[in-house]
Amino acid sequence: MTDLPPLPDFRSPAEFWARALAIEVEATERYELLADQMAVHNNHEVAEIFAKMAIIEGKHRDEITRRAAGIDLGAEAAKFGWTGPDGPETADFEQVHYLMNAHQALRIARHNEDRAARWFAAVAARATDPEIVALAAEYAEEERQHVVWVDDWLKKFPPPDAGWDDDPDPPVFSD
Amino acid sequence: MNVSPTPEVAFKPADYKSDIKPVWCPGCGDHSVLLSFQRAMAELALPPEKVAVVSGIGCSSRIPAYTNTYGFHGVHGRSLALATGLKAARPDLTVLVASGDGDGFSIGGNHFLHACRRNVDVTYVVMDNRIYGMTKGQPSPTTEPDWDTAIAPGGTGLSPFHPLVIALASGANFIARGFSGDIGGTARLIVDAVRTPGFSFVQILSPCVTFRPDQQKGWKDLVRTAQVPETDDPGRAARRLMTDDGFNIGVLYRGKRPPYQPRPLADLPVAALEQEFAV
Amino acid sequence: MVTRPPVRSVSIVLTGSGGAGVMTAGEILLEAATSCGLYGLMTRSSGPQIRGGEAAAMLRLSTAQVENADDRFDVLICLDFDNVQRFAAEIPLDGESLIVGDPAAGPLPAEIAAKGARFVEVPMARITKGIAGGRISMVALGVLARLIGLPESSIVTAVAESIGRRKPEALVANEQAVKAGAAAAADLPAVPRLALPATVPTGRWSITGNEAAGLGAIKGGVRFVAGYPITPATEILEWMAPALQQCGGVLIQAEDELASINMIIGASHGGVPSLTATAGPGLSLMIESLGLAVASETPVVVVDVMRTGPSTGIATKSEQTDLNIAVYGLHGDAPHVVVAPLGITDALATTQWAVHLAEALQTVTIVLSDQSIGQSRAVVDRPKDVAWKAERLIAAEVGPAYRRYETTPSGISPQAIPGLAGGQYTADGLEHNTRGTPSSQARDHMAQLDKRERKIAAFDYGDTWAEIEGEGDLAIVTWGSSTQPVREAIARAAEEGVSVRLVALRLISPAQPEKFAAALAGVRKVLVIEQSHTGQLWRHLRAHYDFTATVVPIHRPGPLPIRPGEVLADILKEVRR
Repeated sequence: MTDLPPLPDFRSPAEFWARALAIEVEATERYELLADQMAVHNNHEVAEIFAKMAIIEGKHRDEITRRAAGIDLGAEAAKFGWTGPDGPETADFEQVHYLMNAHQALRIARHNEDRAARWFAAVAARATDPEIVALAAEYAEEERQHVVWVDDWLKKFPPPDAGWDDDPDPPVFSD
Repeated sequence: MNVSPTPEVAFKPADYKSDIKPVWCPGCGDHSVLLSFQRAMAELALPPEKVAVVSGIGCSSRIPAYTNTYGFHGVHGRSLALATGLKAARPDLTVLVASGDGDGFSIGGNHFLHACRRNVDVTYVVMDNRIYGMTKGQPSPTTEPDWDTAIAPGGTGLSPFHPLVIALASGANFIARGFSGDIGGTARLIVDAVRTPGFSFVQILSPCVTFRPDQQKGWKDLVRTAQVPETDDPGRAARRLMTDDGFNIGVLYRGKRPPYQPRPLADLPVAALEQEFAV
Repeated sequence: MVTRPPVRSVSIVLTGSGGAGVMTAGEILLEAATSCGLYGLMTRSSGPQIRGGEAAAMLRLSTAQVENADDRFDVLICLDFDNVQRFAAEIPLDGESLIVGDPAAGPLPAEIAAKGARFVEVPMARITKGIAGGRISMVALGVLARLIGLPESSIVTAVAESIGRRKPEALVANEQAVKAGAAAAADLPAVPRLALPATVPTGRWSITGNEAAGLGAIKGGVRFVAGYPITPATEILEWMAPALQQCGGVLIQAEDELASINMIIGASHGGVPSLTATAGPGLSLMIESLGLAVASETPVVVVDVMRTGPSTGIATKSEQTDLNIAVYGLHGDAPHVVVAPLGITDALATTQWAVHLAEALQTVTIVLSDQSIGQSRAVVDRPKDVAWKAERLIAAEVGPAYRRYETTPSGISPQAIPGLAGGQYTADGLEHNTRGTPSSQARDHMAQLDKRERKIAAFDYGDTWAEIEGEGDLAIVTWGSSTQPVREAIARAAEEGVSVRLVALRLISPAQPEKFAAALAGVRKVLVIEQSHTGQLWRHLRAHYDFTATVVPIHRPGPLPIRPGEVLADILKEVRR
């Protein structure tokens, strides 16, 4: 469990909603950035994977927004993670490579979903407010379902061949 | 971001992002630093039009184009001079300066010394990847002495430049080191640097995935939060730097020097200047 | 008087992105063509990404030496269509051209389709997938080999040399890929083919202009280099670093261009012929210290690989727009020498000559190369050796009457090299008397200005100052990388019965009014052709020469290369007036 970001003590369900929303917002934005990076580097297969993941996370974000409508989330939701560690569902900038393939991209996505599932489960195990426990458990289950989807998706894409990162051309410069 | 801005949240990080997509290699630390910039500016609630990001030449210096603020992508090594002029003429702006280890410590070395000494209220962020990325892999002043390159076969044999030592010795008022892999932590350092008046220097270790892929794997395990709290005593800071291996993250030094901001003394009509010539 | 028959050549461009290996494939193709006895030229273009970006490898293969691009491409082969429209302006195509695409890449982008070329598809990606470990670029090479009539074996051998050394296990797969590509191309429409020579010429080189300049410098006697990386000159430094070490010399990477120029002035003061290499922005930084070298009479060579300006400009593209700063950029009256190679091979001899001139004249010699010379690779006949060497007039024995800056008739005064007892002096940027002592006296300033001017003006630059070819009452004056396309245009004009004289200047400064007048004797109209928005060469010539002929300035900026066809059109237009 050492790859999980710190588990906060939620003082109210509103704080939990705020955090859950922020996790999805950050995950969505990160996938969008990665999709852009891959598109700029002409890796359209992976750009498409990340773009699809952004849409999936975006839907989750929209759903939480709907459910949380009317609850005062405060500034916490808008500012979560700005000066703290990345959320449990956020892809790591450093794990990508311009020559990676769809399988590798999906493995990153799977890792993110799995980590999110474990994080929510840990929150559920630790929370004392029954409403938070129920919500966290629900989200843990949702993320576990995402892992299943990604596993299905992974079946369509084989791992890369040996030497996948071998680019015969040297780096170029433009300044 | 779908949460409506509340009164406490005037801006969000995405407000500081331009629509130009970065050309940095996937895996480059600078992608993370860009996000840290955006988050820091949002945390500081700076109106984007009141911010200027000034840079030189190199991969790191591409950052102004990717930010939705005013900016200047200047010539190699002179970003601090550009920024000093801008801030001195327009003290109302928040000026951030972005550079790399080549641009900032090689050709920009002289300007670095004097910017630290002059203590203008700007924040200087140097993305250090210990290589010249933009011109395809020559050693920079922070490269290890035995790093083999075409232009210096077998390594330069030169001791690397220690930016924090130079900054301290030259009088910088705020000195910190960050790591691109910790986006939130780096954002925190930038917020702190901007809030601290005077010349704030933040060295950010930002690995180059193309020319130094070893750094990506290695640095993550080597960086650590500094075990000693920051100090306002230059002597203590100097002693800490004696044993610094280059991987301690956090604020090293925070001084109390008032920032340098030249101000006019009066606002007389220009005709008043003619009196001294009258005979 | 030499008439050159039009060169028979085929121009090919490969494009692709994201690890497809287009540049390497281009190099392999050039290598293969060379092994079959052909000559060739390769240039490259790429997007702003450092890796994985869209890339174009442009080749011109020919039965005779070529150092410039043709007007159009015969074949464009696209491994994919990612951002290929970026290169549209650099890849002229017409109805005779053939575009080979891959059905897996989607439709041909509109900007490329608009050129009206023939378009065929070869399923290169599918073929590649069927070969474990195969690369699409190898399949494409097979297609090209079949199209242009190169034996597959030549490609396979070149692949073995290129990729085989790094990854021997990939050889078999890549060989299969080449063969599969060739097979798939069997039914493609015909493209022009070169007749392969019966025997492969010997004694040829594959070299870039930057490498040629570095080699010329070392041959001329340079043994100290200090430099700072800058596009497109960095390769000179990276080639010279190990080469100098092998020849008793050293190279230091300086912290910036100000340090570079001062380091080489220092080394030269110590008696060692020295050089630096840079581009426009770097030359701008060096200007003040070039004045120091001129005033102190310290020989240095500065190679400026010109790129598109002003300021940061377009670093990876060529232009001929540093003439002004090279000739006129120094403050004060500071005569010095500016030369410019006429092409890739000429970069060797011209840089070697520059070393000789700097040392003989104890002054600054700037070598104006450019990106299209520096970063293009050509297969050429080994250039003939030239004898230019560093021959500094060094004081051998000195008595109390020794004056470092003696106003000799030639203007060149012997230099005492540190170490020579009795010859001690302080070199200075301050104006000085003949001893070298600082002086503000009018007579000393006049005497030293005259000396420094006289040595440059009175020197005999011989025939190297320009290449003068052909006869006609129409002449073209040009310089640098514009020379080769102009030469080709003149050859084509000759085929149409139009005779044009070429005056290609190697010596840009000092002006040579008598020789220039002789070169243009009998000429009634002069075209001045250059790659510059403001016409820097033309204005320079106007400043120094009295033309008797009508002068027509023809200039346009980079980044696109000047091509023979556009020069031919200019010639015919002027002839018909």
